Formats: sequence, structure tokens, C-alpha cells
Amino acid sequence: MGLIQEIDYGTKPANAETLVSLTIDGVAVSVPEGTSVMRAAMEIGTQIPKLCASDMLDSFGSCRLCLVEIEGRAGTPASCTTLVAEGMVVHTQNERLGRIRKGVMELYISDHPLDCLTCSANGDCELQDMAGAVGLRDVRYGYAGDNHLDAAKDVSNPYFRFDPAKCIVCSRCVRACEEVQGTFALTIAGRGFDSKVSPGMEENFFDSECVSCGACVQACPTATLMETSVIEIGQPEHSAVTTCAYCGVGCSFKAEMRGEQVVRMVPYKDGKANHGHSCVKGRFAWGYATHRDRITKPMIRAKITDPWHEVSWDEAIAHTASEFKHIQAKYGRSSVGGITSSRCTNEETYLVQKLVRAGFGNNNVDTCARVCHSPTGYGLSQTFGTSAGTQDFDSVEQADVMLLIGANPTDGHPVFASRMKKRLREGAKLIVIDPRRIDLVRTPHVEAEYHLPIRPGTNVAILSAIAHVIVTENLIDADYIRERCDADAFAHWAEFVSQERNSPEALAATTGVDPELVRKAARLYATGGNGAIYYGLGITEHSQGTTAVMALANLAMATGNIGRVGVGVNPLRGQNNVQGSCDMGSFPHEYTGYRHVGTENVRESFEIDWGIKLDPEPGLRIPNMLDAAIDGTFMGLYIQGEDIAQSDPDIKHITAGLSAMECVVVQDLFLNETAQFAHVFLPGSTFLEKNGTFTNAERRIQRVRKVMTPKNGYEDWEITQLISNAVGFPMNYAHPSEIMDEVARLTPTFANVSFDLLDRVGSVQWPCNEAAPEGTPIMHIDHFVRGQGRFFVTEYVPTDEKTGPRYPLLLTTGRILSQYNVGAQTRRTENSAWHKEDLLEIHPHDAEQRGVTDGSWVKVASRSGEIALHAKVTERVAPGVVYTTFHHPMTMANIVTTDYSDWATNCPEYKVTAVQVSPSNGPTDAQRDYAELGRRTRQIEVAAAE
Amino acid sequence: MSHDVNLLHQGQDQRLVYMANQITTFFAYEPDEPAVAAIESHIRKFWDPRMRAKIIAYVADGGDGLLPRAQRAIRQLQEMNAIS
Repeated sequence: MGLIQEIDYGTKPANAETLVSLTIDGVAVSVPEGTSVMRAAMEIGTQIPKLCASDMLDSFGSCRLCLVEIEGRAGTPASCTTLVAEGMVVHTQNERLGRIRKGVMELYISDHPLDCLTCSANGDCELQDMAGAVGLRDVRYGYAGDNHLDAAKDVSNPYFRFDPAKCIVCSRCVRACEEVQGTFALTIAGRGFDSKVSPGMEENFFDSECVSCGACVQACPTATLMETSVIEIGQPEHSAVTTCAYCGVGCSFKAEMRGEQVVRMVPYKDGKANHGHSCVKGRFAWGYATHRDRITKPMIRAKITDPWHEVSWDEAIAHTASEFKHIQAKYGRSSVGGITSSRCTNEETYLVQKLVRAGFGNNNVDTCARVCHSPTGYGLSQTFGTSAGTQDFDSVEQADVMLLIGANPTDGHPVFASRMKKRLREGAKLIVIDPRRIDLVRTPHVEAEYHLPIRPGTNVAILSAIAHVIVTENLIDADYIRERCDADAFAHWAEFVSQERNSPEALAATTGVDPELVRKAARLYATGGNGAIYYGLGITEHSQGTTAVMALANLAMATGNIGRVGVGVNPLRGQNNVQGSCDMGSFPHEYTGYRHVGTENVRESFEIDWGIKLDPEPGLRIPNMLDAAIDGTFMGLYIQGEDIAQSDPDIKHITAGLSAMECVVVQDLFLNETAQFAHVFLPGSTFLEKNGTFTNAERRIQRVRKVMTPKNGYEDWEITQLISNAVGFPMNYAHPSEIMDEVARLTPTFANVSFDLLDRVGSVQWPCNEAAPEGTPIMHIDHFVRGQGRFFVTEYVPTDEKTGPRYPLLLTTGRILSQYNVGAQTRRTENSAWHKEDLLEIHPHDAEQRGVTDGSWVKVASRSGEIALHAKVTERVAPGVVYTTFHHPMTMANIVTTDYSDWATNCPEYKVTAVQVSPSNGPTDAQRDYAELGRRTRQIEVAAAE
Repeated sequence: MSHDVNLLHQGQDQRLVYMANQITTFFAYEPDEPAVAAIESHIRKFWDPRMRAKIIAYVADGGDGLLPRAQRAIRQLQEMNAIS
């Protein structure tokens, strides 16, 4: 196995259907109209020398190496900027071209260090390659002239270094930052000989607007921008394509290795979710995999106040099985359950739910989607018939209007945000509905047409107001509705939203948004061409989360924006495999493919395949498990790869439930917060240590490939299999591909999915079956999965979490670019350099009223509890609203969030908590006590030497 | 429509009452019969048997705090249970 080498065609592909025929060095070739001569040459294997060209970037034509001769044309045009023409005859090599290229290379090399042998790019340097390609043998100008060889290095970024002495000013980094990432953090400062790459206003990389996505490093043809890991380790020698384990975008990466050591993660151009782009997490934040905090040996303890002691795998598994059997014998079959992980593979989550349903004999299985996108599943299945988004990510390229609500893609889904920004730079319009002025409201070369800064908790009201405008101003797509939707349900809904009480004017006092702004936004979405809705947890994590999802579906159906490219309802999923964990039957009421456990023929198919009678009754959801634990009827829980004691709301309720259980089994990489309440710790494996698949937010199933031996000894699916065998339900899978084969056998929407297919075509989007052998990028094209699209009346019901004199501010929570979810992974990387702690964002007006200054300690008190953290005074939040993240356990942000939840799914209302903020002088007693508890409950007893 | 927030913090029975009222409120705009049927169906499909048993027992004890449609839905649920 060697390094995967991706071909660089030099310029982007052309999409024209018309073919153009030409001759290059005597070889005939036909390519789409609009293709560059450089790319046409590469199509037939002729590599024209180049330095400033890359097929990730627009043609630039500055390096003068790619010159060619074209018969009938004067001069030597650059092949990267010259498009093919019918009958064109091109020569890429002759004495004249060779002489020019050699002259150009002489100039480059005369101002370049000659340290190739010790250079970090040695073996992977395009400048070196081109010197060879043009046959450079000497430099007539010598090396003693003016040069840049003493330019100072910038080592401010923890992940890459900038060595301007090696820069050839090809502008690839600057263009990558602009065109691929869309941040515009880099520029070429100075002119002529003084030209140099500069982050921001001649700042260093770390202090500039650079977001460390790595696009510039990837674009650099020399060692000017180089990964620190490559400088320290050396060039990789083999690689494998795998899928990122961070957000729901699901970027493909080449894991470039030396033996079992990761040298770097390089975004894969053929990855259909990311097309060769990345963010700071996927590209660089993989160091947690070998962090010293990793636990690699199983541990048990009798009481949670006891220190842990290490045991063998045999003992840990036998103990787990014995405890669960004992609990079931004492409290009944339904007294135990499991939680699957949205960070683990499809195959692993499938096995956990199978263990619960078949091994434990009940349906008490749930997943972290409970606390994020469960309303998406329910809402879209009711309206459209499928619990998933309707489009692929590529669809954004044909969107004319994007309605973005309750999502902050530049932080939460940065690689997709770059694609949104690109489309917006091309002219698409953006409507942002969010209490915060997120970056996309105004960022370089992108400005939202409208920002509707709603009060937290009023999503349904604003969506009703938008629907009111669309219906009463007759902006609906009547033909679409007539052909595709349930007419009675539409009429009922239209009558409801048309009522004056749902007008933007009537709801302005509720939403806090200027009615005229709402009307303009509604008209734009309905009439601006292809309208695409993108949303995130700002929609779902409310007591009306499901209602809001349905309201979005209503809008899309009413305007005919479902069933083709460029439109749709697109949930931006949080975790890497949250879509997959839901698809795999992780919810207590349904099997794989979202089929209810009470549906007899479905249940029978599983009973026949698994050879066991299954429970037809729905099981407990996570919050109900904790309630039942306090109630004394739920006593054992197996948690794979989730940290509910940090991520779930109202921590007091969570920890009370966990503390009431007799056996909590945590399977994780680290002794996380939940492990403080555990009796068994089973060390888990990272995404680098396992085979399997993840499914991203666009329903795309992609391979995860093992590149190193699990440090704990087992892949996670193997551990579940060991438990299942120990509790008496045999499992005998030899490889995760066999698990996926079983999923395909039992799940109509996955019928054609297999590892063989994925290895062959790269990825597929479900449904993938006989009707769609290689998947379904766009859903509901001719008809909705449920037949007719169904409108639902979505009456606004104010949350019961009210502000008042004691708690006058609204707290909303979210994420930041550099950290991920509970931070267990990213906190154990250099990403913490950007976000060392959770901060409370507060508007200057609110801060001044309370005597709060930027950087000072503040106490945040709610009806549930209180925490203290540092303040960040900013106008990003509106007056009356405060914001924080939940990445750091010591902040305990979820002590203040409440246990209000969505009416349909119990998804918690993280986004609205009434709080008061006051100056403080340090952590609260609860935070200090919790830190102490963490120290006590994480003690590991060292075994005595024999 | 607002719910009695105290219910959420007074033990599991009251939490279930709060949840049932939330579901009921979603269907408030719908005609009576389909709304009650939808509430019953939602609780049957998504609540674990011990939760259903608790809410049925709670209604049998008077159903204090439950919205009228929720009470009717839960009685229907009980009847469905009896049939099956």
C-alpha cells in the first residue's frame, strides 16, 4: 500500500455538454467546451509544467511555466488560461518552450534556499519537480543578489508554519483562502520584488482572521506553508481514504501515515461531501487519538465513590453481563438499556441496538439525536415521509435564495459554509433568521439580504408570519401543491396561516422583528428562484422543535421548493454520524429505516433474521430512562461513546438518574463526565482504529478505514459483540462489512448498500436499492415518499421558560469553530489555543447595566442552577440575549439549562433559558464541588507489582 | 397556550401530565375527534408501557391537570389496551 496520488488537472473541469476536439502533441482529444488546454493535455496524460495552477482554483496565469504553442496563434499563451477550440493544434514541448521555461525556473531558484535535502517538502515539492521537468542545471544569475532568504518564519499557528524564504509568490495560498475557504484572510502585500504573502494586515497567522482550514497549506507548491507534523515526522509513506469523525458534513480525508503514525490528514478531492476542502478540526485536530488521557484498559468498581481498578477484558465483560443479568432478574426485563453513539460507525450503533433489542429483550435504546435532531426525524417523516434532508450538498450550487435559520455554518459546519459562501459570491441571496448576528450575516464578499434577529424561542411565530405573507400575497406555487400535496391539509393550513393573528405585524411583538423585513424576506424566498432552506439545532432544540421543522416543510411545499436540485429542506446535522445512528434503529420505537417496532411484518423480519422473539412495545427515551431510574425501575445502562453528563440538559437531573442506577457501563476513549457515575469502563477505539461507515447530513454513506491497531485492543463493535455473547445472545461477525450486509438485508432503503459498492463508487446516498442502485442525491422528485406532501398547522406556543424580574435575560447555547460538542476530542488538541474556555457573550448595554466588563467573571443564574464564567462583551448578541458554548466540562453550562423539551420527541430546549447575569469573583461552589468530584471519581488504583 | 410549569418539577406523574398536555396543545387547532385520535396514537407509539400505565392510572385517579382532550385520549388508550 502506497500513498494515494490524486491527479492535479491544473484547472477545474468544464460542465458543458458540447465536446470540442483538438490535437495536443499529435494526439487527438475531445473535451467539454470551456476546458483549458492544460486540463485537456492532462486528460491524455500530458503534464504541462506548472506552478501557479491547481484544479482546486480558478486559472491565474502568473507563473509562466505552462506556456504552449498553438498553431496559427502568435506567442506562447499560458495553457491554464487558454481554452480549447475546435481543431486547435497544440504543442507543449519544443526547444523554444523549453528555453523559456528554463529561464523562468532560473529566476525562481535564484531566490530560493538550496536546502532540498533537509527541506520538509523534500519528496513532495512541486518547485523541485518542475526544476527537474524543465531540466534546470544551473542558475546563470548566481545566488548572491537581493533575495528573501532571511525572511522570518511565522510559527504562531500550532498546526502549520509559514516560511516566507521559500515562497515563490504564486498566490495559490491567497486564492485558496478566497476561492475555496472564502475567508479572505491572506493577501499579497507590496509590489514587485517586495511582494509577499501576508495574513491580514501584516499580522501573524494566529492573530489574523485565518481559520486554520488548511486550504493554503494544501495549495502551497513548496515548503512555505507546511504542516508542523510533516516538519517533525517527515513525509508519509502510505495512505488510506477515510471519513472525518467530527461534524455532519462528513469530509473525506486521506490519512497519510508512516507505519501506524498519522503524519497528516489531507482532504480528499474525490470526497463528494467536501471536494478536497477541510476545516481546522478534521484537518488538524486528530491528536486526541494518541493523547495521554486515553484509557486503554478496562476498569471496574463496586461503587462510584471507589477508585477504579484495571481488569482484563474477560473480567470486565463477564462482570458487565453478570450485573445486567442480575438487574434484570431483580427488576424485570425492562430495567436495563443502552445508548448508541453518533460518533461511532453505523455498524457499531446497529450492534448496540441489536444487543438491547435481542440481548436485553426490550427496546430501551436511544441515541444522542434525542438531544439534537430528533425533531427533524419526526417532522420530516410526517410531512414528506422520510426522516432526513432532501438534497445533496452539491445542490447549493444551484440555489438562488438560501433561507438559513437556527444554524451557524461557519462554526458548526465550516466546509459546507465555504460552499454556501462561494454560491453567495456568485450572486445567490441569503436570508438569515437568528437571534445572533452570525458571521454569514456579513463576512468578506458576502452580505445577507435580510437578517431577521428573532427573540429566542419564536421560530414558529416567525415561520407563521412568513407563511402568512406567502399565502395572503398569493406567492404559493398552486400547480405544485395541486399535483404533489394533500389538498385538504393544504387548505386547512392556508386558512390557519392567513388569519390576521399570524401576520408579521401581529407577531412583531412576539418575534421582535420589523414586519416589513419579514414581508420582504418572505417575498424573496417565495419568488427568488430556487429556494433552499438550511437549518440547525436553533430550530430543533426548542419545546416546539418538531413544530418548527414542520413549518419549514410547509414553506418549502407551499412554494414548490422540494424535489429538484437547488431547493429543499436541509438539516445541518451536528455529529459525524447522527444521521446514521438514527438510520440504524437507535430510537426506542423503531428499527432500521425508521420502521416502528409495533409493525408486525417488520418486527417479524427481524425476529426471523435474529432468531429471537422481540418486544413490540416502544422503549424508554434517554430522559425517561433517567426518570425511571429515579423511580427505581431502570437500573442498568450501557453507554457507547456519549457523555450525557456533560451534553444533556439539566445536569442535576442527569446525574441524579445516573447515580440511582446499579450498573452504568461507559465505553469511551476518555474518563468523560458520565464515567464519574459509572461502575464499568470499557475503553473505546478512535475512528482511525476501526473499519465501518458513517452517514453524513446528506444521507451519504462513506467508508471509515482502519489505519492503526486499536490501542485498547478492540474496535467498538467487537466490544458490543463480546457483551452480547456474554449475556447469552450470540453474535459472530468477523468484519463490519458483515454487519452492513445484515442491515442491507433487513432495510429496504439500504438494500443495495455494501462495503464492496462503497469501495467501488466511493459513497452512496440512501435510499440505495433496486430502484436506485447507486443511491438518491435528491429526494421526492416525482412524488413524496409518503405519497402526497402533508401540510401541518403549526400554531405558535410560547415556551414555558419565561423571563421575568428574577431572570430577565434569555440564554442560548451553541458551538464554536475550533471545539466540537463536549470537547472530549478537541480539548485534547491544540485547538484549545483558540478557545480555552467557554465565554458568556453579552451585549454592551446589558453588560453596562450590570457592571460587567469584557473578560470579567460573571455568574449566570437560572431556575435550574448557576455557573460562573468569563464575559465577552459583544454586539453579536442582541440586548436581552446572552450566549455561551458547552465545550468545557468545568463550565457546566448545562447546569443552567432546563428540562423543558420538544412536545413530540423530548429534544431538550437548550436554546432558551431565562437567566440573570451578575458580576462574580470566580467559579461557583457547584463548579468547585464538581471539580473536586471529578478528581475523586477518576482515581485509578495502581495494581501492586507481582 | 401555556402549560403549568410546576408539573415538570413535581415527580414523574406530573412530568407525564406535562408531556401529554404538550402533545395535546400541538393538535389544538384540529377538530375534536382526529385530534384525540392523534394524541392517543402519539402516546401509544412513543411512550414506554410503564409510562402509559402510569398516565392511565393517573386518569383513573381523576386526571387532575390534564387537558380534557388529553384525558379522552388516554381513556381511548386504555380501551385499546383492554382490547389488545
